[in-house]
Amino acid sequence: MSYSSLPEDVLEHVFSFVQSDKDRNVISLVCKSWYEIERWCRRRIFVGNCYAVSPRMAIRRFPEVRSVELKGKPHFADFNLVPEGWGGYVYPWIRAMAGGYPWLEELKLKRMVVTDESLELIAKSLKNFKVLVLSSCEGFSTHGLAAIAADCKNLKELDLWESDVEDPSGNWLSKFPDTCTSLVSLNIACLGSEVSFSALERLVVRCPNLRTLRLNRAVPLEKLAHLLRQAPQLVELGTGTYSADLRPDIFSNLAGAFSGCKELKSLSGFWDVVPAYLPAVYSVCSGLTTLNLSYATIQSPDLIKLVSQCPKLQCLWVLDYIEDSGLEALAATCKDLRELRVFPSEPFGDEPNVSLTEQGLVLVSEGCPKLESVLYFCRRMSNDALVTIAKNRPSMIRFRLCIIDPQTPDYLTLEPLDVGFGAIVQHCKDLRRLSLSGLLTDRVFEYIGTYAKKLEMLSVAFAGESDLGLHHVLSGCDSLRKLEIMDCPFGDKALLANAAKLETMRSLWMSSCSVSFEACKLLGQKMPRLNVEVIDESGPPDSRPELPVKKLYIYRTVTGRRIDMPGFVWNVGEDSALRLS
Amino acid sequence: MERLLSFESDHLRATELRLGLPGSDKPSVRPKNNKRASSEISQESKSNSCASNAGNDDERDSAPPAKVQVVGWPPIRSYRKNTLQVQAKTSESELCRGMYVKVSMDGAPYLRKIDLKVYTCYPELLNALENMFQLTIGKYSEREGYNGSDYAPTYEDKDGDWMLVGDVPWGMFITTCKRLRIMRGSEAKGLACV
Repeated sequence: MSYSSLPEDVLEHVFSFVQSDKDRNVISLVCKSWYEIERWCRRRIFVGNCYAVSPRMAIRRFPEVRSVELKGKPHFADFNLVPEGWGGYVYPWIRAMAGGYPWLEELKLKRMVVTDESLELIAKSLKNFKVLVLSSCEGFSTHGLAAIAADCKNLKELDLWESDVEDPSGNWLSKFPDTCTSLVSLNIACLGSEVSFSALERLVVRCPNLRTLRLNRAVPLEKLAHLLRQAPQLVELGTGTYSADLRPDIFSNLAGAFSGCKELKSLSGFWDVVPAYLPAVYSVCSGLTTLNLSYATIQSPDLIKLVSQCPKLQCLWVLDYIEDSGLEALAATCKDLRELRVFPSEPFGDEPNVSLTEQGLVLVSEGCPKLESVLYFCRRMSNDALVTIAKNRPSMIRFRLCIIDPQTPDYLTLEPLDVGFGAIVQHCKDLRRLSLSGLLTDRVFEYIGTYAKKLEMLSVAFAGESDLGLHHVLSGCDSLRKLEIMDCPFGDKALLANAAKLETMRSLWMSSCSVSFEACKLLGQKMPRLNVEVIDESGPPDSRPELPVKKLYIYRTVTGRRIDMPGFVWNVGEDSALRLS
Repeated sequence: MERLLSFESDHLRATELRLGLPGSDKPSVRPKNNKRASSEISQESKSNSCASNAGNDDERDSAPPAKVQVVGWPPIRSYRKNTLQVQAKTSESELCRGMYVKVSMDGAPYLRKIDLKVYTCYPELLNALENMFQLTIGKYSEREGYNGSDYAPTYEDKDGDWMLVGDVPWGMFITTCKRLRIMRGSEAKGLACV
């Protein structure tokens, strides 16, 4: 019996067990009939670059999608490298989906510009809309949120992770009708202004399935206990401001409320922390798997006291106030730790303000056998430390190291950190994401090109000596999807020699490098399926062709040049007629 | 083309291994920064130091110039930067870290200590004292002091004098208060009548 003689609905049923996009894509390539069956039963699509495909094409190929995930601006937009107005507008997608996916249930957006108009269109057109996640988005206000609240009758999830929201007035929460009882997850942590507490409370009370609640800073600590008592079933909680007058009654009330939350696994918030109130959460520590203290400006002793009570911790985000001593305690207690992020408390200071060094990371790599994801800001590093970390944790998947001062060498030997990072890529064979820092020559890129075969995303700054560095990466990293480079002496040769590679990647960002405008034009002309976009706010790049291009963003696409480019973005493709200023 | 060549030789120099102190030769290792248009570099210091001065050891000025910030580095989201800055300002506006003063109560076998920094006004402080010592202090009035109460909170100021809590503005109080004493009724009445 041949597979092609299986009835369609059987195949469809079989395909429904395949969730991963990659596998689905492979299935669709087997034969024409499988392509057809598969496309009709694909329920979720992920578009990593919203300009890689047009909404119309996506809807035409996958007509029955229920969940869409889109990403807009390049990652370096997080660090103010992408000027305002660059793009990433979601409205065209929503307009298309209003007609093409009337039964759409989920929309997840990252780094996109979302307008109130877009939100209102969602609320009006998508009758079964359930999940809205706006991660690092901007362009909308609480008016748009009010529309979602009022009209999305089955809303389960509203998550505004670190988005930039205009708050003209705080009363949008009361737009949730009394009949709305379906909320499972609400994250308003990024909202600047007050929300109506009574509306919030009423909402919490009538949503018995509420599992995630992340409050914003404006919610006072005195009111938290009250809220917790109404929602003891919470699994994830983000506190509001964590400071109040030191009063025993407030404390005991809060501690009591926390002790009633037997399901709590994740804590975040902790703005303006007053250490005396931290013990109020001790009763839930034994069950915590995620702890986000990255806004908590408390010192190491208090952090140690807290972390030492969380043996089940899997994910910790914390400020460098934790210091090496705190990380030692973490390594001793949290044997289940998978992810550690240490953020800098004073990134722009000249001198270290805390005693956090490479030692802390080495200790955690020694003590935590499941550690696989690291983001670490520090001020010094050594090759020895990196080699030790690599050997301790060959199962590392994400390793992002930021030594704050650019081009800092190994503090012991004053050599570049090539060997250290080389050890990381050599031992950690499953490494998918890597961010480099410190003094680095072309050698580190040779290591990366040779060993980092599973690497998907690489971030580089102030590193390398010549085009050879870039060439190693582009020619050697078989799995590379995203490459972002700032302030490196990489120029035309490597780029042009590896033009074909760029079509196998999602995108390449290069800023303050040595790429000439001529090379960009050549690339754009040679590669019709790439958009080669030059970003230059001071005028047309061809008016000063002797200067290297300031910012360059290259991405593959099946829809050609985008039509929403602002005046400071030039697509230097085949028939590009450069705009005159 | 010549520009490229000189650029490359700058970088060759940068990769030479030296036993100098880190930072002592930074200007030659950072030609990249000099090529940034000035509009992209934000300056935090009041002095107009350019990138090549960062890390330069032989300063003629007494204060080292603050580092010039490069856009995009270190890679921290502005969301995070702003939140921490706001929190830092709030704590910087306090005069010092914690202001613990001893509190004695007539008849109590031992003293207590409280952090005046935690309170923002008199009612909060008095509330805390009432809770700590399980007593009622009552309301303050300019004329009568804490009349109507068995206790009166007093404090020793910088000059060594014992003053009634509440007379001076809060800000002045916390900078001049050296210790607190909760006085028993009879003695307290004496103070109030002054």
